[in-house]
Amino acid sequence: MKTRPLLLLALIATTSLLAGCVNVQPWERGNLADPTMSETNPLGAMMTEHMWFSREAASGGRGVGGGGCGCN
Amino acid sequence: MKTKLITLIVVQLLGVFLAAAAPLKEGDTFPDLTQFGLEGSVPDIHGKVVLVDFFASWCHPCQESFPVMEELYKQYAGKGLVIIAINLDKNKSDMDDFLKSYPASFVILRDANNKLVSQVKIPTMPSSFLLDRDGKVHAFHRGFKGEETRKQYVKEIEALLK
Repeated sequence: MKTRPLLLLALIATTSLLAGCVNVQPWERGNLADPTMSETNPLGAMMTEHMWFSREAASGGRGVGGGGCGCN
Repeated sequence: MKTKLITLIVVQLLGVFLAAAAPLKEGDTFPDLTQFGLEGSVPDIHGKVVLVDFFASWCHPCQESFPVMEELYKQYAGKGLVIIAINLDKNKSDMDDFLKSYPASFVILRDANNKLVSQVKIPTMPSSFLLDRDGKVHAFHRGFKGEETRKQYVKEIEALLK
């Protein structure tokens, strides 16, 4: 008998979480539709690459000449 | 106790579904545009056939739809068609830039506070409603599909203007 109240409480907790789900409305997708949000965006790719070689001290690691000091 | 808990769960689930309420259907009366504090001058649409289009500068199909709506407006304005495009950009300057690239001679309004669109609940961008002379939704267009949508517009507008 103890499991039933627990089950109900679990259901309430789950449905409470569902109530927190919010859809981004179609008219609110301006930021999401921005070209820089695309994974293939050249600017985004360039910035990711920059962070990667700076962090890894791997400048030139992709075939470009450089000292690998990570200082740029 | 058990009944109360079940009622609580049902109410919670109902709230989730109500949050995603359905948009306007064909035959529904379109809301009165003067009641939403839209920016721009709301025209008198009493007894007119009206195409209400929701657009934003970031929406690519909207860029395709504007030249088509301009062409339709030039063709049917004299016969009683009114086209109202309602902008949903956060910044007015984005709308202004869009209209420089895609000029329109029909009515442009701005739903800056999203009051109208929140009531109409369009399912996608762009969305358009063709209203009959009684202000009721005659047809709903979800998105803009180029020539296919243009042909539908022409067919429906001509039928309503007869």
